[in-house]
Amino acid sequence: MSVTQSLPHDSATLHVTGRANYVDDIPAPPGALHLAFGLSEVAKGRILSMDLAAVRAAPGVVDVLTAPDLPFANDVSPSAHDEPLLSDGTVHYLGQPLFLVVATSHLAARKAARLGKVEIAAETPILTIEEAMAANSRFEEGPRIYEKGDAAAAIAAAPHVVEGTMEIGGQEHFYLEGQAAMAQAQDDGGMVVWSSTQHPTEIQHKVAEALGQPMHGVKVEMRRMGGGFGGKESQGNALAVACAVVSARTGRACRMRYDRDDDMVVTGKRHDFRITYRAGFDGRGQIAGVEFLQLARCGWAQDLSLPVADRAMLHADNAYDLPACRIESHRLKTNTQSATAFRGFGGPQGMVGIERVVDHIAHVLGVDPLEVRRVNYYADMLDDTAEGGLSAPRPGDAGTPPESLSGQMKPAADAHQDLASRGAVGAVAPGGVPAAPSGAQTTPYGMAVEDFVLNGLTDRLLETSDYAARRAAVTAWNDSQPILKRGLAMTPVKFGISFTLTHLNQAGALVHVYQDGSVSMNHGGTEMGQGLNRKVQQVAAQVFGISSDVVRITATDTTKVPNTSATAASSGSDLNGMAVQAACETIRDRMAGIIGQLHQVPAAEVIFRGGEVIAGAEAMSFADAAKLAYENRVSLSSTGYYRTPEVAWDRIAGKGRPFYYFAYGAAVTEVVIDTLSGEYRILRTDILHDAGRSLNPAIDIGQIEGGYVQGAGWLTTEELVWDDKGRLRTHAPSTYKIPACGDRPDIFRVDLWDRPNRAATVHRSKAVGEPPFMLGISAFLALSDAIAACGTGYPALDAPATPERVLAAVMRVRDGV
Amino acid sequence: MKLSFLLNGDRVELERISPQMTLLDYLRIDRGLTGTKEGCNEGDCGACTVMVRDGTGRKALNACILLMPQLHGKEVTTVEGLSAPDGALHPVQQAMVDHHGSQCGFCTPGIVMSLATAHATGEKDYDSVLAGNLCRCTGYAPIIRAAQAAAGGDVPGHLAPVDLPDSAAEDDLTGGAAAVIDSADALADWCLAHPDGRLIGGATDVGLWVTKRLDDLGPVAFVGRAGDMRQITMTPQCTKIGAAVTITELTRAMIPLHPDLSAMLSRFGSVQVRNAATIGGNIANGSPIGDAPPALIALGATLQLRRGAERRTIPLEDFFLDYGKQDRAPGEFVEAVIVPRQPDRLACYKISKRFDQDISALCGCFNVQVSEGRVTSARIAFGGMAGIPKRAAAVEAALTGKPWNDETIAAAWGAWDQDFNPMSDMRASAAYRLETARNMLVRYYLEDLGAKTRVREVSA
Repeated sequence: MSVTQSLPHDSATLHVTGRANYVDDIPAPPGALHLAFGLSEVAKGRILSMDLAAVRAAPGVVDVLTAPDLPFANDVSPSAHDEPLLSDGTVHYLGQPLFLVVATSHLAARKAARLGKVEIAAETPILTIEEAMAANSRFEEGPRIYEKGDAAAAIAAAPHVVEGTMEIGGQEHFYLEGQAAMAQAQDDGGMVVWSSTQHPTEIQHKVAEALGQPMHGVKVEMRRMGGGFGGKESQGNALAVACAVVSARTGRACRMRYDRDDDMVVTGKRHDFRITYRAGFDGRGQIAGVEFLQLARCGWAQDLSLPVADRAMLHADNAYDLPACRIESHRLKTNTQSATAFRGFGGPQGMVGIERVVDHIAHVLGVDPLEVRRVNYYADMLDDTAEGGLSAPRPGDAGTPPESLSGQMKPAADAHQDLASRGAVGAVAPGGVPAAPSGAQTTPYGMAVEDFVLNGLTDRLLETSDYAARRAAVTAWNDSQPILKRGLAMTPVKFGISFTLTHLNQAGALVHVYQDGSVSMNHGGTEMGQGLNRKVQQVAAQVFGISSDVVRITATDTTKVPNTSATAASSGSDLNGMAVQAACETIRDRMAGIIGQLHQVPAAEVIFRGGEVIAGAEAMSFADAAKLAYENRVSLSSTGYYRTPEVAWDRIAGKGRPFYYFAYGAAVTEVVIDTLSGEYRILRTDILHDAGRSLNPAIDIGQIEGGYVQGAGWLTTEELVWDDKGRLRTHAPSTYKIPACGDRPDIFRVDLWDRPNRAATVHRSKAVGEPPFMLGISAFLALSDAIAACGTGYPALDAPATPERVLAAVMRVRDGV
Repeated sequence: MKLSFLLNGDRVELERISPQMTLLDYLRIDRGLTGTKEGCNEGDCGACTVMVRDGTGRKALNACILLMPQLHGKEVTTVEGLSAPDGALHPVQQAMVDHHGSQCGFCTPGIVMSLATAHATGEKDYDSVLAGNLCRCTGYAPIIRAAQAAAGGDVPGHLAPVDLPDSAAEDDLTGGAAAVIDSADALADWCLAHPDGRLIGGATDVGLWVTKRLDDLGPVAFVGRAGDMRQITMTPQCTKIGAAVTITELTRAMIPLHPDLSAMLSRFGSVQVRNAATIGGNIANGSPIGDAPPALIALGATLQLRRGAERRTIPLEDFFLDYGKQDRAPGEFVEAVIVPRQPDRLACYKISKRFDQDISALCGCFNVQVSEGRVTSARIAFGGMAGIPKRAAAVEAALTGKPWNDETIAAAWGAWDQDFNPMSDMRASAAYRLETARNMLVRYYLEDLGAKTRVREVSA
């Protein structure tokens, strides 16, 4: 079996030898030009004048562009056309690109970009959530509200009520490879772009718009990124467009990369949130009703903020069956970087909200939060006949649009509508979306939860992590130690898998089998380190019964597979694996047809296995079979296509089935805190995570370990600080602290809940990119647990829990607040 | 007059190169060796890590803030030179493949170079080895598994030490006002000739002036090869530390004398930074958040300054006059720092958001001598609490002569406000700084009584 093997990353040897090329490593043609933006030094205002004489006169400078120099669209927004490449005269945040320097070297461009004299009539910026609420500065006309039952009445009738407010900070992606692009104008007026992007089609679309070309005039190629994490879904648009515009203007190759400080100052980050909650519950901690007010700071442009804030609402239940729930979400517009996609896409913030509620309830009742979690869990759907069960594919599913969905797409309003972006306006079914079966346990948005596994998964994790004994040891330690306190927490994850913008749930592939039996594979997904290409390669090899090294991985290329969706929403292997599988099956079936015919064996009985093709008593190598098929004039090339079944969602009503299935996991984290300084350390983490039937356990475990550490970083040391002028003060790794090697848990045990997905995904695997990120919440709540041991008050810890916040919470708890 | 060094085994001689050019730009732009990556361009992420060998051995360094003249007479190995000529992977490269140690792969060349250097030197504290190599994908666990799997094997033959190139001092190395100095006397002359000149030790700070502020440095002297300024001399009375001694060397030297200083210095930057940064640089740049000065002040260190043939010695704390202002005349330079020998009572508490490789929010160093239950002397100094490294004079006074007990600690509470009025910034608020500074005295006292108070002393 090729699938389920723990093969190394496809580029592992290239990585360790330094031979793996990233965009800035591609040798540029002679005469290549280098670009840099001149940035705004104020957060809000109007440009009165720009004196760029010194910029033009600086050594190495070839040209300087401002907005009027742009030939066509001055827009790099993935959604609302509200994001000019270069300022149109108004300034919206400190760090906004105002002008574009073209020079003979990267250093010359950077130096010159600092020489602009820009006079700006500064206005008072809106920086904070309070300021935005006070000014009613927002995206969308008002709050979005999703409701199930009557939460207010349920809370009023409940024996106990908790309420509170929590700040949840944003997060810088800190992909190790900063944003980068290169463009080279072609002799026929076309443009080739190399971009470090999760979304080549989006780059293609924005570049085409900026050049006044149809999309076929732009080819975007992407072999690998040095990390993405959502930060390269839309944030690479500006660099690619800038390079293309200048290359079209000069005919020369252009390249651009942000220096790290510029990258952090210019580009968007995870949305910070303030979540206010009120919950009614009984003596066991069972929640009767809960209300959330989610305030999301979206920054200056809309970008992907609406679906991010939607997804926060969609994860406000996490793993808990909430009889009544009301979620009110405000998407606030501020004069800061435009917050964007980041692993989890709002889900983590929503999930932190309900986990906080559960933790708070447990504190009120004086019980282990674990008990409150289990009381509120959805019920497990025990079904050992998963395959062919609930969501098995229906015949004909792959080819024709389901009746209920046909004809519901709005026609494109204009040629510039950004259909392939998550920022696009979603289609809504005119007759509404299908309702959940009656009697089903449902989420606050009315989706039946049919694949829940967390009760059983939690049981196993508690056992393997020795939770009960360690809880007792932690209590005993805390009773005897005055300065150092320990904390322990188990938190679950239930994460919805699919793009909530339903039409993005499609993918294409292109597979060639050459006459020597070698295979070339291309699909719409992008490799950012997650091992997508290896997994998809394993899927292809599986179809042909060959070793995966026979299948060549090629760069993502918009001329090979068109209309791709971003590699995002954890969808990469679900979508592209299926598309590649479909393409391979088409070719395999054609080969089986001719070989069966030649050997008088029904095509369905021709077997592809172990590098051989077996027809009755005859066996030949896969290469010979390919040669034979070629000689018999059989096409050995095919596209493949996949569309996720069953999803249908109305984001305005907050009803439907936005997700094909859920991925699950749980983590137990133990920490120790120092009550003199608030410093802390993660001592041990045990994780059990559901990756379905894993396509590649080593790669999946890598996603889980890395996701956990990144999630824990978000909630602990990773603090973004802006000053009162709107300047980001933490704009480099010297001041913004992602986890270092020594911050990983001392003891770090990760296991897979290795059971097939009930949904008919590729080889019954599950998406694993985002869900483990939220396992990091257990580190945060373990800190809260340790703090709670210092007194009688509730810690009410805000995130990120820097040592300073931990110490403040210790002091609050001691005061019994 | 040439800059000479070895690059992946080949001899390189360069004339008329800008003394501000970084090794990273040279590798990537001039040589097309793009395996070495730029992640942050300020020495904080380690993606540009290379292995450099000189007369003292191999060390991992950040190429992004390594200025070319610093390489004179040394050997550089980049990731391209790590595999054998026949393509066989280095043991750490193979282990990284086998243990799934790379995901996006962008930090990987730097990780591999840090691990290969540790593999060669036998260092096995991988949390420390990799503290300066950030990885955003893996959570580090598989990298540690790889490091452990590769440990202990032989260093591949192609990496065996070869003769280093001749490296005479060059007073006009680069065709401009840039000198590579090889003695304190030569430096004294150069400083007189260039009273506004800039001295560069490891370039871990000045490197950022080049890569981030985009400064033109003007005349520069590279002092890292001045042998007589790289000596640590111990006598029964004192320890004299030459200004060009690196933090790595100082960390090692302090283990027997003041182990807690050594422990604190092991959190100074990262391996790559400590291998380059010098004690002289950490003092002379006058930063209020440098970690060495408060510890040295607490130890009663003196600073030896030199101008031409004239030398003067001042208490270290007197060197720091005000924020950005030091007691150093034009043409004068820091030659050495002298620490008196004393019974070890030093404790150093560094507080930062992240344990490793983070700039201190505050760093407090305590040296309280107690005899027969009474405080006989107290030297307490802080970084991060004022515009300069500063002693807690009022607290010291509140302790001195008093019984060493709870009441005395509590009675000193108000003295902290007289000593410090710290600022709020992105690292910490003023209130937190003051609160934790006070608590450090509590910690010092409790530790003296034998209590465990540090999170690093606890395991699951």
